[in-house]
Amino acid sequence: MSKIKLAMNWAGACGGCDVSLLDLEDKILELSEIADVVYWPAAMDYKRRDLQEAPDGSVDVGLFNGVVRTSEQAEDAELMRSKCRVLVSYGSCACFGGIPGLANLSDREGIFSLVYRDTPSTLNEEDNRPSPQWQDNGHTLTLPEFEDTVRALHHAVRVDYFLPGCPPSRERILDAVNLIAALAGGEDTPPAGTVLAPEHALCRDCERIDSKKSDRIPRVVRPHEIRADSGTCFLEQGIICMGPFTRSGCGGLCLAANQPCRGCFGPTPTQLDPGAEALSAFGSVVGPRGEDFLTRAEMKREVGRIPDPAGTFYRFTLPHSVLYRSFAAENKDRG
Amino acid sequence: MSERITISPITRLEGHGKIDIFLDEAGKVRDCYLQVVELRGFEKFCQGRPVEELPRITPKICGVCPGAHHMASSKAADEVYGVRIPPIAEKLRRLFYNAHIAHSHILHFYALAAPDFIPGAEAGPEKRNILGLIQAVGREEGREVLAHRGYAQKIQGMLAGHPIHPVSSLPGGMSKPLQEQERAEIEPMADSLVQFARKSLRLFEDLILSRKSSREMISGDTYYSRTYYMGLVDDRGCVDFYDGTARVASPDGSLFASFDPRDYLEHIGEHVEPWTYLKFPFLKSVGWKGLVDGGDSGIYRVNSLARLNVADGMATPLAQQEYEKLFDFFGGKPVHHTMAYHWARLIENLQACEELARLIRDPEITGEDIRTLPGKPVGEGVGAVEAARGTLFHHYKTDSQGMVQQANLIVATVQNNAAMNLSVKRAAERLIENGSPDEAILDRVEMAFRAYDPCLACATHHLPGKTPLEVRLVRPDGVVRTLSRGPEGEG
Repeated sequence: MSKIKLAMNWAGACGGCDVSLLDLEDKILELSEIADVVYWPAAMDYKRRDLQEAPDGSVDVGLFNGVVRTSEQAEDAELMRSKCRVLVSYGSCACFGGIPGLANLSDREGIFSLVYRDTPSTLNEEDNRPSPQWQDNGHTLTLPEFEDTVRALHHAVRVDYFLPGCPPSRERILDAVNLIAALAGGEDTPPAGTVLAPEHALCRDCERIDSKKSDRIPRVVRPHEIRADSGTCFLEQGIICMGPFTRSGCGGLCLAANQPCRGCFGPTPTQLDPGAEALSAFGSVVGPRGEDFLTRAEMKREVGRIPDPAGTFYRFTLPHSVLYRSFAAENKDRG
Repeated sequence: MSERITISPITRLEGHGKIDIFLDEAGKVRDCYLQVVELRGFEKFCQGRPVEELPRITPKICGVCPGAHHMASSKAADEVYGVRIPPIAEKLRRLFYNAHIAHSHILHFYALAAPDFIPGAEAGPEKRNILGLIQAVGREEGREVLAHRGYAQKIQGMLAGHPIHPVSSLPGGMSKPLQEQERAEIEPMADSLVQFARKSLRLFEDLILSRKSSREMISGDTYYSRTYYMGLVDDRGCVDFYDGTARVASPDGSLFASFDPRDYLEHIGEHVEPWTYLKFPFLKSVGWKGLVDGGDSGIYRVNSLARLNVADGMATPLAQQEYEKLFDFFGGKPVHHTMAYHWARLIENLQACEELARLIRDPEITGEDIRTLPGKPVGEGVGAVEAARGTLFHHYKTDSQGMVQQANLIVATVQNNAAMNLSVKRAAERLIENGSPDEAILDRVEMAFRAYDPCLACATHHLPGKTPLEVRLVRPDGVVRTLSRGPEGEG
């Protein structure tokens, strides 16, 4: 079995994906037995130029973490696609846009005017903004372009596999390592487009599932408003939990810490759009029984207690969703 | 003939970065720019979110210091709801947070900083990494480093629910108590961490401080900037990572300001330059005077050395002894020698580990009273902590329902932005003389910003542990020569 060539690239992300790979510790040695890492800027000393000079398709597996927002990140996505036979979206940012994808609720101007002008500590009378090209003291300095919209990796280039998680859990990473081993050994591999995580919803694995009794959520509460019981289903307690709409595979760490799921593993395969599914489901089960006898205002009262539906139901998936981005900002782009 | 040297990619500050060094015709350094080439705009999309969710959203700013954002965000959200958390909840947060500091400091020192001293810049890139370090100090020591880094990571995970992105702190306290079984598991790890922290300081003395070449790097003037310093201190004036009063010391060591972090806007302004996505915080009362050091420039530094410079001492007895040694060595306060950041970091690590050992024996630590249920939001809150890399401010304003209207974040590494520019320029000026720097010299230039442990460091902490560095020499005629630090490099 010949060793396969592996590349890891990081784009618009926090670095947690790189740390998750490093956290494999002992297992990373196993990985190094089946794969040679030929590019990994966060941990090794190989340069973009090394990858640019490699022949197209000469890297067996590319792992790409982070969103595509700047022109440099878009170039890196193209570069990784052309050099890697198999390209994997590593982590929720690359798969669905992740938390940075919430920036699609605004746009470049919205972000720049806040960060560089309107934040209370900023003192910027000249209204300076970072500029793709700038002359300073006779020197030309360049910065990558900052685009209006955050994209998941598959919006920029074709992607073969998806490894979700914020960051991917140890078990999922080991699944990916097995996939790499299969590729190295010339064995059969899953069809392109496969999400490397279980297909069922997180609820099925949740230890609290047996405590789910009622089919309604009479009253919505926010996590800080009550002392959540550590053995009872969050929904049963009125706390919005994305477990029913979220793919399993994370190991349920947040639930074990007595905090509800926020959906970092993205939708299960049967759902077109986790946010729309959640909104639709919660819309019909939240509030007291006996809708037939309630006015519309009474029916809407409890649903209206769900704070920030967009930021809750699309916490990790906005760029990947039917919403994609805020319409007002999109309109302005066109105008 | 003028030349430009580009070092790219260097860093994970809040993303990516590069250094451009411009040389004059004689090959001397004319100008130097540390550019950050990415922005994600958290302040914008925190708007409209429920404030209790920010402690789960803002850690995603940085996967290498998420614990600091989790704490600062929780504290700001506590204030938004005007709630005082129960004493046990504060102890749990402090236990978590000291483990976070220990984890970060151990990684930075061993995987990133130490290889520049042991085996050193001249050893070449193939040895100048944690493996080369382990070769020099011994395999058993190497295993100990990994084990103790693992202990600190494990304690964080047990307290916060997730080894990388913590979730258990929320407005009013914590979501889960510490079980006795977990406590018993942590106790020996904490004790072992204290011993390891002491040993690390002895290693620093024996292998770095006692060697002439590295002693010169630490106490010479290549890595030296006279600036202001800022850090949090407790009510005794000692270093405190979780909470405290913000203190600013002048370049001459006198107390310049002491303020409640809630009043940060009176003291800190942020300057914007068009050639980088990163802002430049400065002391408002001194003013922004450009990238120059000294008492007339509002540039201040944060992170380990800054904390020791502003504090009257350490909060724990063993760390206090080491603190005294450091200032004896340099002959008083403040210390402007940038390489002393590494030494200060090891002293802080000892304090963090001593705190772990103390807190884990606190009879209350497994108590169940970990939450105060908040009432109606007051509508505004500031949360400040000392992140491993310096003071971190989260400032939120909300509506009457606790929905965020404004979030302002002043992140630790950002506050060292100006100082890192200064330090890299000064090191380049001193070290590059004829426009053809060799690999070892570039490493020494790089050491100037590595001392600040900018967030990239965290990701490069393990394994080869080198900062990706590429140097391009671009001449006006378009010829490009590449000097690479990598094993395959030409240079």
